[in-house]
Amino acid sequence: MDTAVTKTGTEGKIWGGGNQPLKASYGKMMMWFFILSDALTFSGFLAAYGFSRFKFIDSWPIADEVFNHFPFLHGVDAPMYYVALMTFILIFSSVTMVLAVDAGHHMKKNKVIIYMFWTIIGGLIFVGSQAWEWKNFIKGEYGAVETKGGQILQFVDKDGHRVALDEIAIPITDVREQHQDKNGIWYDSENTLPTYTVNEVKAGFVKNTDLLIRTQQLTETGEKTVLSREESLRRLNTDAVGIVEGANLIHNEYGTPLFANFFFFITGFHGFHVFSGVIINIIIFINVILGTYERRKNYEMVEKVGLYWHFVDLVWVFVFTFFYLV
Amino acid sequence: MAHDTAHHESNNKRIWNVFIILSVITIVEVILGIIKPAFLVETYLVSMKLLNWIFIILTIWKAYYITWAFMHMEGETKGLRRSVVWTAIFLICYLIFILLTEGDYIYEVFKSGYKSWDF
Repeated sequence: MDTAVTKTGTEGKIWGGGNQPLKASYGKMMMWFFILSDALTFSGFLAAYGFSRFKFIDSWPIADEVFNHFPFLHGVDAPMYYVALMTFILIFSSVTMVLAVDAGHHMKKNKVIIYMFWTIIGGLIFVGSQAWEWKNFIKGEYGAVETKGGQILQFVDKDGHRVALDEIAIPITDVREQHQDKNGIWYDSENTLPTYTVNEVKAGFVKNTDLLIRTQQLTETGEKTVLSREESLRRLNTDAVGIVEGANLIHNEYGTPLFANFFFFITGFHGFHVFSGVIINIIIFINVILGTYERRKNYEMVEKVGLYWHFVDLVWVFVFTFFYLV
Repeated sequence: MAHDTAHHESNNKRIWNVFIILSVITIVEVILGIIKPAFLVETYLVSMKLLNWIFIILTIWKAYYITWAFMHMEGETKGLRRSVVWTAIFLICYLIFILLTEGDYIYEVFKSGYKSWDF
């Protein structure tokens, strides 16, 4: 590092940079302050999430019902197991990173290589898991009906178990065609149509007298309110205007669209950090293999990317709590 | 930094200890999140469920270990530590206080019927 700085001849003097009150190199200190500003960005997102959640405190989606998938266990209700596994993977990759930093302090090149390799693998598994989590969230599971006011109505049987739209809907032959940009107003098309129409779902609901509607409202005990049969029929006939399958930034079958927006934004921003962390780790990994730091007689670069990597883990700890637990 | 490499003993034992602590905290969080003990869900403290308070405290505890042990904040000088940690804690507490108060106010406005939204 010294070689990159022009000597001024005033190094010995206090105002010439002679002492280092924080006893940290420029790069490491700036990494800390970058992390501080990045932490404040994430706090902004999470506090905004808290704001929206307090605003809809008695109608917010229940995370356990939304994130309940586990690989190879189709249809099994496994709340949080997968995200707990992801947390472990990230914590473990943090451990291997700190082991790499430690090995760097002792100038053990081969150990640094091994530990950084495992860190990168852990990071890649985590990003992949997040992609899988997004896929499940976007695809949706049961589907729901949206009302005029943008509220979500979900279907349950008399035991309170969720019922999917394809178990309810009765096919009706009046075909609603998707408006494509070759018809009507030029270059103006609509989004993909849902699998069923509101009328098909209504017809099926009327026929199957066991079905009830569940609203977004939470009860005293923190469960979703289930309407009576009459009230369910009334809501469906007067309010229902559309079908929602899965979630995007505008419609969300799990509840308020804000939930989906924050999910995509916060986990997306975090996932982007993990991704860039992996890229930076790979660059440093290659440098370690090439022996750059061996020649520099100093592995501080590993320490700096380590700080960033731990920060990514630190943020995930908070995202995990506020999105999945609280 | 020369002074770093000179007297750096291996931290392996501490690293694995911290890993065990973090794992145990996470496991406790997940177990509590799955069984949701009735007592903790029903008891409220400062308008939040006791269970949620426990989650938040455990999270801050984890954050402390990650920052102090993994990011090695414990080894930095007081000046660096305070300029990073205190700045973050002050600003975050302020932001959370402002936004949650405002969110709760809007909830009350919605609820007391000046605005119809459930239709």
